[in-house]
Amino acid sequence: MTRKQRRLTMIGGSLAVLAVAAALVLNAMRDSIVFFSTPTMVAEKHVVAGKRFRLGGLVQPGSLVRGDNLAVSFIVADGGATLPVSFQGILPDLFREGQGVVAEGALDRSGVFKADTVLAKHDETYMPKDVADALKKQGHWKDDYSAKPGASAAPPSMQGARAAQGAAQ
Amino acid sequence: MIAEAGHYALVLALALALIQSIVPVVGARCGEPALMNVARSAALAQLLFVAVSFSALVMLHVASDFSVVNVFENSHSMKPLIYKITGVWGNHEGSMLLWVSILALFGGLVAAFGNNLPLSLRAHVLAVQAWIASAFYLFILITSNPFLRIANPPIEGRDLNPVLQDIGLAVHPPMLYLGYVGFSISFSFAVAALIEGRIDAAWARWVRPWTLMAWIFLTLGIAMGSYWAYYELGWGGWWFWDPVENASLMPWLAGTALLHSALVMEKRNALKVWTILLSILTFSLSLLGTFLVRSGVLTSVHAFATDPARGVFILLILCLFIGGSLSLYAWRAPALKQGGLFAPISREGALMLNNLFLTTACATVFIGTLYPLALEVLTGDKISVGAPFFNLTFAPLFIPLMVAVPFGPLLAWKRGDLVGAAQRLTAAGLAALLATAVLWAWTYGGSTFAPLAIGLAVFVMAGAISDLAERMGLFRVAFPIAVRRARGLPRAAWGTAFAHAGVGIALIGIVCESTWNSEYIGSMKQDDIATVAGYQLKLDGITQRQGPNFREMVAQFTVTLDRRQLSAMTPSKRNFTTRGSSTTEAALLTRGASQLYISLGDTSADGAIAVRIYHKPLVLLIWWGPVLMAFGGLLSLSDRRLRVGAPKPAKDLRGLQAAE
Repeated sequence: MTRKQRRLTMIGGSLAVLAVAAALVLNAMRDSIVFFSTPTMVAEKHVVAGKRFRLGGLVQPGSLVRGDNLAVSFIVADGGATLPVSFQGILPDLFREGQGVVAEGALDRSGVFKADTVLAKHDETYMPKDVADALKKQGHWKDDYSAKPGASAAPPSMQGARAAQGAAQ
Repeated sequence: MIAEAGHYALVLALALALIQSIVPVVGARCGEPALMNVARSAALAQLLFVAVSFSALVMLHVASDFSVVNVFENSHSMKPLIYKITGVWGNHEGSMLLWVSILALFGGLVAAFGNNLPLSLRAHVLAVQAWIASAFYLFILITSNPFLRIANPPIEGRDLNPVLQDIGLAVHPPMLYLGYVGFSISFSFAVAALIEGRIDAAWARWVRPWTLMAWIFLTLGIAMGSYWAYYELGWGGWWFWDPVENASLMPWLAGTALLHSALVMEKRNALKVWTILLSILTFSLSLLGTFLVRSGVLTSVHAFATDPARGVFILLILCLFIGGSLSLYAWRAPALKQGGLFAPISREGALMLNNLFLTTACATVFIGTLYPLALEVLTGDKISVGAPFFNLTFAPLFIPLMVAVPFGPLLAWKRGDLVGAAQRLTAAGLAALLATAVLWAWTYGGSTFAPLAIGLAVFVMAGAISDLAERMGLFRVAFPIAVRRARGLPRAAWGTAFAHAGVGIALIGIVCESTWNSEYIGSMKQDDIATVAGYQLKLDGITQRQGPNFREMVAQFTVTLDRRQLSAMTPSKRNFTTRGSSTTEAALLTRGASQLYISLGDTSADGAIAVRIYHKPLVLLIWWGPVLMAFGGLLSLSDRRLRVGAPKPAKDLRGLQAAE
């Protein structure tokens, strides 16, 4: 092979791999990305049953009902609207009534959000950032959600903890 | 007093770093050895002062001096001593101080052991190190000073986040930082080479051990973090594709590529410009990781905008160093003498293929990590990119790479023989087919993908073994001769085989754990029995216990297999009163490489407790793999070739021959 041919082979090979990677990324972007909604957004947009999304809001105080076999149901509210959620499994350590929650799943035909994961994705003020942002946008933000016990803001620690928060489902 | 001394030492370290940034460069310009040698003493002195500063912070934490904000917010007088010490880097300020301490440590190591480097190269490398160090000292002193005092000192601290009070987290961040920051050396070497406009095989010989060292630590650090998440977070997951994890995976992928491309450069003096670019990219990704974790941008794009000091400062550092080095690269790289081209089928070609796939895989992780952030900034839409995305992009790119791995070491430099390599891999291929067939028959009707993936892993491992067998002429020459040859093999050859086999082992663990994981989730009362994967777990009772700074609810389980009692397992839930938060301490029972895993949920009114029990087959292989990889790296690092030092730079002809 001449020098030129060798170079062309290598460049061609690299471009082929990059093209495959780009195709994979675009394909994955279409199928595996999950959007975030609040109960108000769900009410406004008429989300189709079966479409997966992440639901965020506050667990309405007094709405938590535990059934048999670790089945639980609760209501997620964001000040504007509410949405009933059902889930089967163990709730994360930091799941509490009156505090923020993010759940992933889809609506069923009767309009109940069937969650398959409940995330404890929040900082130490027990408020998931997506929920906080959404509440702020709708004007339902109360400062006491984020009031810190100490004098100054402590950044929620380090690497591991962040992974922990991202992960503790 | 200690806090002020620590603060003062840090300011002095900054001053030394500024001197080290400028004087050696001026010296190199004028060809003045005295000025260039300033770099060496400045780097060593800087290490001393940073060490003083870091020790000061450790002493404050050990002494529980709550008049210092950092100690107050992250410590508690009742906390066990070990967590008082590790709590130093369990927070933003302290972990940044650890970051610069490790940076200074590496600078000091180059200064102390770089005597065989050409004087101007050493001066430039240490100067670039000092530029990075100065930026981060300024960051700490201006936005994140760990030595700030409180006007009215409280008598008790707020305690460290409970999930961080764990031995895994004591070791994970320093390991990770040794990896991240270790890549600054190859970055400094790359920038120095660009400034000097000269690069040769000797350069690669100097860079390789540093890159290898950083890579070993990063490999262990990531594995350690993953194991910590597995046992501490209570639901048995070991990798979440969380942005923070991706932030450490990206430099690892780029660093692995760099290790391989530096090899091509060292042996064949080719791929020079690419190796320089990879060195820059690897450390840039480490900086990006630091930015993602430290700026608060992951918690909230809005938090980043409302509390700009820290985030914007790190963003500036990021732009300055990545933008600056890439501009320098664009300006100077064309001036570097191109290396020779090589045939696509050759050891070089195989290493290039490795680079191509590793960097592409790294790019997909990059997109998956940053796309949600970019989208939120641009449109306000919130999306989450999770495991499905990475399974669809990262995994397909890794499969061809794994297929190619055994071929690489069997191909000759310059011009390889693919058919010959394939013939020598016949045994490995057969082993892989056999493994696939047996597994497929055994798990008939189950997953079809898993047996194939395990076959691939067996191929990679058997390929590593065949490479060694081939080199020592096993089964071709008399056994004693083969043993003698094995002893004579360069350690790097053993290192390659171990590292590659490690990849295969980790893959087996990953596939087994995710395919044949069995679980039981339910609520149990006293004397209830749960059966998981043939094991019977009986809940004997629940007791309360008081720990040093927490209350604990412990459940006792007796595990039996075929009526044979194995052992007791005691998962618990800890409640940390100071922060009012709780953690789940999973109980693990190791059986070979498999584990039983119990974690507790809530107790209900009738006294039943929710439990999660997993049986995770061969799960430990996931971490033994990286440990083996790191061991391979260590063997390679101890290779004679790297210990005897680099040959003279290329203009010395005799030196060049030695490099061949």
